[in-house]
Amino acid sequence: MSEAGEKQQKTKTTIHLIRRAKVTRLYAWLIRLAAAFLGLLVCGIVIYGITGENPIDVFGGIFLGTFGSSRRLWVTVRETVTLLVIAVGLIPAFKMRFWNLGAEGQILVGGAVTAAVMIYLGPLLQDWLLWILAFVGAMIAGAVWGFIPAYFKAKFGTNESLFTLMMNYVAMQIVTFCVVLWENPKGSNHVGVINQGTKEGWLPSILGQEYLIDVILAAAVTAFVFWYLGRTKQGYELSVVGGSTNTARYAGISVGRVIVRTVVISGAICGLAGCMIVAGASHTISTSTGGGRGFTAIIVAWMSQFNPWAMALVSGFLCFMQQGSVQIASSYGLNENASDIITGILLFFLIGCEFFVRYRLEVTKVPIEEEGENR
Amino acid sequence: MNVIVMFIQQAIVQAITMLFGATGEIITEKSGNLNLGVPGIMYIGGISGLMGAFFYEKGSPSPSVAVGVFVSLLCCLAASALAGLLFTFLTVTLRANQNVVGLALTTFGTGFGNFFGGSISKLAGGVGQITVKTTASGFQARIPGLSNIPVIGTVLFGYGFLSYTAILLAIVCTYILKRTRVGLQLTAVGEDPATADAAGINVGRYKYAATVLGSMMAGLGGLYFIMEYLGGTWGNNGFGDRGWLAVALVILALWTPTHAIWGSILFGALYILYIYIPGLSRAAQELFRMAPYVVTIIVLVATSKRNRPEDQPPKSLGLSYFREDR
Repeated sequence: MSEAGEKQQKTKTTIHLIRRAKVTRLYAWLIRLAAAFLGLLVCGIVIYGITGENPIDVFGGIFLGTFGSSRRLWVTVRETVTLLVIAVGLIPAFKMRFWNLGAEGQILVGGAVTAAVMIYLGPLLQDWLLWILAFVGAMIAGAVWGFIPAYFKAKFGTNESLFTLMMNYVAMQIVTFCVVLWENPKGSNHVGVINQGTKEGWLPSILGQEYLIDVILAAAVTAFVFWYLGRTKQGYELSVVGGSTNTARYAGISVGRVIVRTVVISGAICGLAGCMIVAGASHTISTSTGGGRGFTAIIVAWMSQFNPWAMALVSGFLCFMQQGSVQIASSYGLNENASDIITGILLFFLIGCEFFVRYRLEVTKVPIEEEGENR
Repeated sequence: MNVIVMFIQQAIVQAITMLFGATGEIITEKSGNLNLGVPGIMYIGGISGLMGAFFYEKGSPSPSVAVGVFVSLLCCLAASALAGLLFTFLTVTLRANQNVVGLALTTFGTGFGNFFGGSISKLAGGVGQITVKTTASGFQARIPGLSNIPVIGTVLFGYGFLSYTAILLAIVCTYILKRTRVGLQLTAVGEDPATADAAGINVGRYKYAATVLGSMMAGLGGLYFIMEYLGGTWGNNGFGDRGWLAVALVILALWTPTHAIWGSILFGALYILYIYIPGLSRAAQELFRMAPYVVTIIVLVATSKRNRPEDQPPKSLGLSYFREDR
């Protein structure tokens, strides 16, 4: 050591992780913005690599694809609020540290019940009665889909992420079964647009806007969930359970009951989202009714860290990119799966950047000790 | 008799993709990483192998079978290793949530596979569906002579080399997990990384190695499906739910790869059972295809109810390990 000190001390560069003591909101958003920008840059390179087109033009195309016409804009808004409802629905469960990966299945069963109401009761009942029945039915179906894994979690501690994941595929098979049952025309393996002529059970246009009802529903659900979490005893109980089950038990909270109750609410909201998709948007049912939204919403909910505005923003951004890339893909004759690649790349950047919000890297030079230490 | 032989052979054919995926996922989960990106990685591995073979066959005037097989294996393994590396980088180094990263990887991988599977031949200036007949013939080659024996030849020798690789891999992995120091240390990392760290085990290195190796196995599952099952072509969303079935199989196998061998054959059998049951309506067939998931749920509930310590998921499964958070 002394010898080394005399000549020139050998050093090595090491990188330290340091947890940021205090993260200002502005700083956190700057980092996220930078990550989104980097993600877009990489997407641009990928797009250039595939199409050979100027990425700026392509992004212009994406922009037109989402905002180009009032119709497209409303579709983007509809997709955004649907994703928002699902993400909001997941929040109570996540806050309780219950990994509800079953949103996709809860959407599907909710959608299936809605389709059943529209098909079987459509010709018999008034529209307003149909809507109520579809809402209630879809919420019950989603709630049941949440109840089953929650019950076993509460009773035996069954791993909920694997259980809810499996429930998705049970739901998918049920929907396939229903599709065969309801297919129209026979043998096509598609349900087709339900009640196309009569529009029975379709959610109504408000102020001439077909999808305004989705926005209103989403706002109502979001307001309800944040009221429930922040202002009610039950909301407080579930956050205690999420913090520590032992503390909750000590405080006299019945952990099992809270788990079941919370996941039932979570499932019901996802079921409602299924109703919004079937009665309000696609007017049909298939296994792709969920369209992976149940999974994307998990990412949205987790990334936004329970902040409703952040959730709306992230959903909006993802839907914007998705709608845009579908548009791009069709105008360049590529297949629409390009949008999943774009979404994936953006998600990786947005997920990765949270690390830089919480930690900073410090590059320092430390002296190397010649012998002894081997770490 | 013939029907039963066919049924068993077809069940095993269905099983291999899931077996690869499950063996890889068991190794990954033993390190405490729940990689929900497996379905996506299967797509990535499958399409990369297919693309490698496609460009080789397109570029070479007289493509040889051996080189084609080698190229596609190499591309598949490299791409799926990269996907696994991405997952581990985000979850271990950048400490992101595993469920979230895994689901994002599945979204990305599925899109990646379907996109290139659907448009690679167009991007390369050709028309129609992408096919690699020469390479696929290498994957589909049976052992000459043995495979012609009636019954036994069909059931035991009626498969390409990847099928035997999958079974061998499951056996070797079980041996490594249960009988070697590396395997026991890996288990220690998955059960309690803090204790393992204190015992001088490099937790990060184990997590990286296990997840990347696991991804490569899942990728091979994808390649098997594309090359041997589909015969070197691409079917959009062709994997169906096999990726998730592989994740389910891990539970059925109780985190032991050798159990996954019979488990995968059971799943394969359940997957195709509806074809062999006479008199089922199309709707009833769909309900039948629910069986693998229902079986998995029952196993999941039963193991958590019995609560035998050796049947439980690794304790730290799904949780990231930060040394300084202790």
